[in-house]
Amino acid sequence: MALLDIRNLHVSVEGTEILKGLNLAVDAGQVHAIMGPNGSGKSTLAQVLAGNSDYEVTDGTVKLGDEDLLELDASERAGEGLFLAFQYPVSIPGVSNTYFLRAAYNAVRVHRGQPEMDPVGFINYLRPKMAPLGMTKEMLRRSVNDGFSGGEKKRNEIFQMSVLEPKVAVLDETDSGLDIDALRLVAEGVNAMRSPERAFVVVTHYQRLLDYIVPDVVHVMVDGRIVRSGGKELALELEDKGYGWVEELATDGEAVTA
Amino acid sequence: MPTATATVEEMARQQYKYGFYTDIESDSAPPGLDEDIIRFISAKKEEPEWMLTWRLEAFRHWQTMTEPDWANVHYEKPDFQKIVYYSAPKSLADGPKSLDEVDPELISTYNKLGIPLEEQLILAGVAVDAVFDSVSVATTFKDKLAKQGIIFCPMSEAVRDHPELVQRYMGSVVPRTDNFYAALNSAVFTDGSFVYIPEGVRCPLELSTYFRINAASTGQFERTLIIAEKGSHVSYLEGCTAPMRDENQLHAAVVELVALEDAEIKYSTVQNWYPGDENGKGGIFNFVTKRGICEGARAKISWTQVETGSAVTWKYPSCILKGDDSVGEFYSVALTNKFQQADTGTKMVHLGKNTKSTIISKGISAGRGQNTYRGLVKVAKGAENARNYSQCDSMLIGDRCGAHTFPYIEVANPTGQVEHEASTSKIGEDQLFYCASRGISEEDAISMIVNGFCKEVFQELPMEFALEAQKLLSVSLEGSVG
Repeated sequence: MALLDIRNLHVSVEGTEILKGLNLAVDAGQVHAIMGPNGSGKSTLAQVLAGNSDYEVTDGTVKLGDEDLLELDASERAGEGLFLAFQYPVSIPGVSNTYFLRAAYNAVRVHRGQPEMDPVGFINYLRPKMAPLGMTKEMLRRSVNDGFSGGEKKRNEIFQMSVLEPKVAVLDETDSGLDIDALRLVAEGVNAMRSPERAFVVVTHYQRLLDYIVPDVVHVMVDGRIVRSGGKELALELEDKGYGWVEELATDGEAVTA
Repeated sequence: MPTATATVEEMARQQYKYGFYTDIESDSAPPGLDEDIIRFISAKKEEPEWMLTWRLEAFRHWQTMTEPDWANVHYEKPDFQKIVYYSAPKSLADGPKSLDEVDPELISTYNKLGIPLEEQLILAGVAVDAVFDSVSVATTFKDKLAKQGIIFCPMSEAVRDHPELVQRYMGSVVPRTDNFYAALNSAVFTDGSFVYIPEGVRCPLELSTYFRINAASTGQFERTLIIAEKGSHVSYLEGCTAPMRDENQLHAAVVELVALEDAEIKYSTVQNWYPGDENGKGGIFNFVTKRGICEGARAKISWTQVETGSAVTWKYPSCILKGDDSVGEFYSVALTNKFQQADTGTKMVHLGKNTKSTIISKGISAGRGQNTYRGLVKVAKGAENARNYSQCDSMLIGDRCGAHTFPYIEVANPTGQVEHEASTSKIGEDQLFYCASRGISEEDAISMIVNGFCKEVFQELPMEFALEAQKLLSVSLEGSVG
């Protein structure tokens, strides 16, 4: 059984349909990449999975293990082990990063029926997770994402992921705005977390990230649907032929269905 | 309460029959205000003649004044002839016999705030032995203070026992003619606190942490006077995080602080009067005049307030910086939710040379709350090198509330430096979603963001008070979104 199982998902924003019957099954231990041109619905998928109520699910099902994800609100989904690394992380002035992380970590623990962790215990838990992502004490003291550079924000997202240890992590264009060193750092952070119990959905526009986070499956998304799936070589083929190629595939596909 | 009405009506008839002020045995005055009522109050409190004269003069002046309407608040003006200006504190025997008899909603709020059971009993007015334990603790502290020559007593006691101090300082900072409500308070004030710190003494404890429960009986026209002699130091805590219900709708307190050379007064308030129900009905009107004077050189007065209660708040704790190198500070968090309205801020009046003032104001509006910051920074002609820094931040939660800022700046000396920064932010849906995606519920996210917003003010509060204030904000914001 797939860890994340999306079937016939239809999603609208303000009356416009963005996802038009999307199917995706990700097994535990796998990394799936989702690629596609701008406006194909990649980020919509990420937001819908995380539970953003601006998006209206009009049809379909999403299961995380045995849980019906669509029945849960955003914080419950996090508790059940879903994590979204935001394309545009939000800043929260006045709330320190450490405080925020501990609040999140304890909220998730409480959801799982575990006791909350005290501040000292939490710092000890954080410490070994910092260096691999280049997180400094100063970054933990600062307000959440406030005044962070683009690269710092993305590193902070992956750091949060390593703290919350989700079952399914969705990375929404985590590579955008990263220079090559930061990209490597982030990719190493993700790779270090790959495990047989965990699955990743990596949304990206460019093949570059997939040199570092090597996917098991690559999907190409066009106009709200997955039009082609394949191995990691599909990403290279895309890079080579451009998105025009898959857009043609999408049109053909529609002709066939019609 | 039919009995209460009957009693009042009876009293009113008595007044006609016998002439009122002779009836010294009765427990409360009939509604209304005239010179006889003031004589009655003064007689009840066994005041000396000078105090009565002082009150009457205030009353005569008050009659010539009209209620101010410049504040950005809207309410039905109180009918001053319908208010009862004196009633003796209720005896414990009349109160509930146990917490089972107390409004469960109130108890639930006490528990959310983490108020210990013993204090809950006192706050709710339950007559049990536990109450007396607290009183004896209070007495122990009083003895400790007395050894250092510190006077800390009810105002009515100070009027009788320390007339020279009261006569010298009462009304010296807030004159009886200062404003409508100050004049009213001067005429009819019932009680309050009096504090005197002798020269060079550092008050060994935060005044009123143990005594704050007394606030339950101070009544609607409170009058507080704190005098810090040369080189002395005192920190005073007023109020209580527990919600206070009161049958009196109008509260008009006056607080005066006098800091002499090198003295320091820190005055912290947490105000949580009943704000009214879901529809904005009921609720306390809190019209307060608070002012301190740095009389001597290098004196310092610091006001910190956390205002979460009352239906209407009208309050500007101010500093007159008369002594050279004196310092004034104002740190404020004002929260309005439901239909609450607050018009609050400060006045910093720089008279002496090298005087400095800091204003940090955080206004939070939720529900249909309206929050106004109003502040004056005045640099007089002779105030060489005066400096002020003001920061006014507003936070909006939801889209039916409002935040307003009215800074007034008057500088009459070219060496003055006045800085003003202001910001308005909104707790955004994107922030709440971001928190939710990390497992943090909406209510926890709001309280986390609000507490972060208020951090600069909370860190000015004594530790224990700051923790309570944080919880208080969370409880006050419950249900403010969605």
